[in-house]
Amino acid sequence: MTPAIRCQSLTKAFNGTVAVAETDLEVAEGRLLALLGPSGCGKTTVLRMIAGFETPDRGTVEIGGRRVEGEGTHVPPERRKVGMVFQEYALFPHLDVEGNTGFGVPPGPEKAARVREVLDLVGLEGVRHRMPHELSGGQQQRVALARALAPRPEVILLDEPFSNLDAALRQRVRAEVRHILHQAGVSAVFVTHDQEEALSLADEVAVMIEGRVLQTGTPERLYRRPGSHRVATFLGEANFLPGRASGDQVECRLGPLPLLEPAEGEVEVMFRPEDLVMTADPDGPAEIVDRIYYGHDQTLVLRLGDLTLKSRLVGCCRGFREGQRVRLHVEMPVMAYPSPYGCPIAG
Amino acid sequence: MSPVAPNVSVRPEASAVSGPAARFRGPKPRPASWWLRTLAWTVAFLTLVPLIYLVVRALGMGSDAWTIARSPRNLAVLGQTVLLTLAVTASATAVGTALAWLTVRTDLPGRSVWAAATCLPLVLPSYVGAFALIAALGPHGMLQTLLAPLGVERIPSLYGFGGAWLALTLFTYPYVQLTVRAGLRGLDPSVEEAARSLGRTVPQVFRQIVLPHLRPALGAGALLVALYTLSDFGAVSLLQFDALTRQIHIQYSATLDREAAAVLALMLVALTLVLLAVEQRTRGRGRQFRPSAGVSRAPRRHRLGPWRIPALAFCGLVTLLGLGLPVLVTGFWLVRGWQAGDRIGGQWDLLRHSVGASGLAAVACVAAALPVVIYAVRHPGRTSRFAERTAYLGHAMPGIVVALALVFLGARVLPWLYQSLAMLVLAYVILFLPLAMGSVRACLLAISPRTEEAARTLGRSPAGVLRAVTLPQLRPGLLTGGALVFLSCMKELPATLLLGPTGFATLATRIWGATEQAFFARAAAPSLILVLVSAVSLAVLLRHEEEGLPG
Repeated sequence: MTPAIRCQSLTKAFNGTVAVAETDLEVAEGRLLALLGPSGCGKTTVLRMIAGFETPDRGTVEIGGRRVEGEGTHVPPERRKVGMVFQEYALFPHLDVEGNTGFGVPPGPEKAARVREVLDLVGLEGVRHRMPHELSGGQQQRVALARALAPRPEVILLDEPFSNLDAALRQRVRAEVRHILHQAGVSAVFVTHDQEEALSLADEVAVMIEGRVLQTGTPERLYRRPGSHRVATFLGEANFLPGRASGDQVECRLGPLPLLEPAEGEVEVMFRPEDLVMTADPDGPAEIVDRIYYGHDQTLVLRLGDLTLKSRLVGCCRGFREGQRVRLHVEMPVMAYPSPYGCPIAG
Repeated sequence: MSPVAPNVSVRPEASAVSGPAARFRGPKPRPASWWLRTLAWTVAFLTLVPLIYLVVRALGMGSDAWTIARSPRNLAVLGQTVLLTLAVTASATAVGTALAWLTVRTDLPGRSVWAAATCLPLVLPSYVGAFALIAALGPHGMLQTLLAPLGVERIPSLYGFGGAWLALTLFTYPYVQLTVRAGLRGLDPSVEEAARSLGRTVPQVFRQIVLPHLRPALGAGALLVALYTLSDFGAVSLLQFDALTRQIHIQYSATLDREAAAVLALMLVALTLVLLAVEQRTRGRGRQFRPSAGVSRAPRRHRLGPWRIPALAFCGLVTLLGLGLPVLVTGFWLVRGWQAGDRIGGQWDLLRHSVGASGLAAVACVAAALPVVIYAVRHPGRTSRFAERTAYLGHAMPGIVVALALVFLGARVLPWLYQSLAMLVLAYVILFLPLAMGSVRACLLAISPRTEEAARTLGRSPAGVLRAVTLPQLRPGLLTGGALVFLSCMKELPATLLLGPTGFATLATRIWGATEQAFFARAAAPSLILVLVSAVSLAVLLRHEEEGLPG
């Protein structure tokens, strides 16, 4: 099947500074892709190139199989059939909710019905005659989404769509937006710097750092099997320790561990804190040096010789406390990367 | 598999990114379309026409021009002009900013009345205002007559620097007041509240938060004041202060020395270029649109408390001097003329001519300002900045120079335009375009370019975006700009005198003619009509400003 969006080797420099380098992206029909990266990594530039607000120095963009950018083609933004939700929403302050929503719908007998339908979808039927400044942040956000959806675009682009909402609201609006997008059956790309947002919302995540996409995959795959040290740390907390790999086994300070992907030689072993299981033992090799309590879970910081490791426990404290000695065991197969020891660790 | 804890995000890399991509600071402007560039440059070129005429004349003189420019007397005139401009700009900025803040951001009693009353001097032609000051405060004026029984025989002379400074300050501070009002309304109140919560007092917030935010507005207002002072002729000539404009007029009309007038006019233009360069240097580089999401609340007003007494006294004094005196003096002569049997009728033609020409000019100015401002704001760069600067030039030239240049052109090159209304409107556009540009610019800066991009993704062409998104949001700026141009045209004298079609008497030319011949009673009725018509349009302007702003 033709992907909804396909970008190939997109490259863009501003005043000689490379913002985006050789970026490939593909979004399958009806899927939601998160472009995840720290601020300034070039992810918004990628979005603006897909929308047609920036012209790449090199590379191509296809939307629904149609070439819109590259090799002499430049389709202006208004003919790309992309809907865009801006970080600051960019609602038209002189138009009410209905006026904003209907802005991109061609005039005709179906226009009123379409506006009603979309407002219904986002749950804003009741406020359709309000002006933007009379709406709450969450409502403004949904107007922006409704406005982008109303002309039935082939794809929706969302630029940090939740960064202007407070945390409590963000959780709910995220779920709503995911639901609305899936119900509308539209393909979407959203840009975020929040790994939790990317993992919980997207069907697929592309991790972008310093202008390059380092890895793309489903949230589970990226979290379980990050392709590098940088991706692993960007997606959440991780434990690293040196080891020696041979096939699908690695030998390290925690004993022999099974590998998720075969490796050979000196390696850096990676596993997530929740995979590190502790057993209380006065003669255990590790000591609990700190405990960070979050409510529904907690992180325990462990010292094992010169190594510092983290373990995450869900639920109540189970009697662990600082100063206690424990035995350690890794529950799941681990990842191994070519050893960075002896050369500076990336990042 | 356990879920990712929502509250854990140890991301060393997020803060450690220092690669080249991290330095990138926002998208680069797209190049302007050819039609926008063409329109903007056409407007900029039109405003250059008088200047080109002057340069051609001066070049025709060869080295004589340089000799004239370097004569000690002309250098002295140049120095005095600079001094007056600096003094007036400083005092008008202080007065205008204080009034804007008091009427927008405090609980000053009757603030909307004060806002209207203190803007009214804008409608006074400087020649009428200066005459009123002389009649009230000058030798043998009303004040001296009142003080004479008390034994006061001499009061400080009004003529010279002091009088010109006072008069010009009183007629120019509304420019600052209007731009600063707009700026204050554009300031997100939460920014001020944030500063208060960080331990700043109200005066500190004003100095550290409000003033820096107002810099573009202050710069625009101060620039207008300085340009007004440089090009004013009426006040400096009546108050006998030897500024460049007065000398130019003396050279041209008294000695018929057109070459000296042209050289002096070029010196004046050079002064203006220096001024524009300084203003450009000090203009803030930050983007001016509101960065926060959505549209914010209405601003909270500060309580004046015991300070309301001095605040009211200040507003009262400014109103009395800038508005009260001229009205009193005009009323006095109106009654005297009426008692002497002057007819009040016959003013209708004057009114029709004034309003018609000024209205046409207002529409033309706003239309001409749009492409230049959009080009400069949405496509910032060296060339667009140059086009914008160029369009400011006309305002810097004294009306009499622009008028003479157009008379020359009309007589020699464009006989079909000569002595037509179109020629007069063209002169008005050249002279007053920056007034429209200032308001439109301030308004456009407050519109997020993202709303325009949003409209592009929703299927609108660049022209469609302009019509459906930019122009509706620009409405307050267009109206303010148009109103400012209208008021200025009503007051304009030299160009109206020289370029008006034969028999095209306006309120301004009648007042001038009568005042010059000391028929003060005959000037009174047109003066009053001029003030009233302008006051009504100003009231409409302010009312609209109250209602038109969202939030």
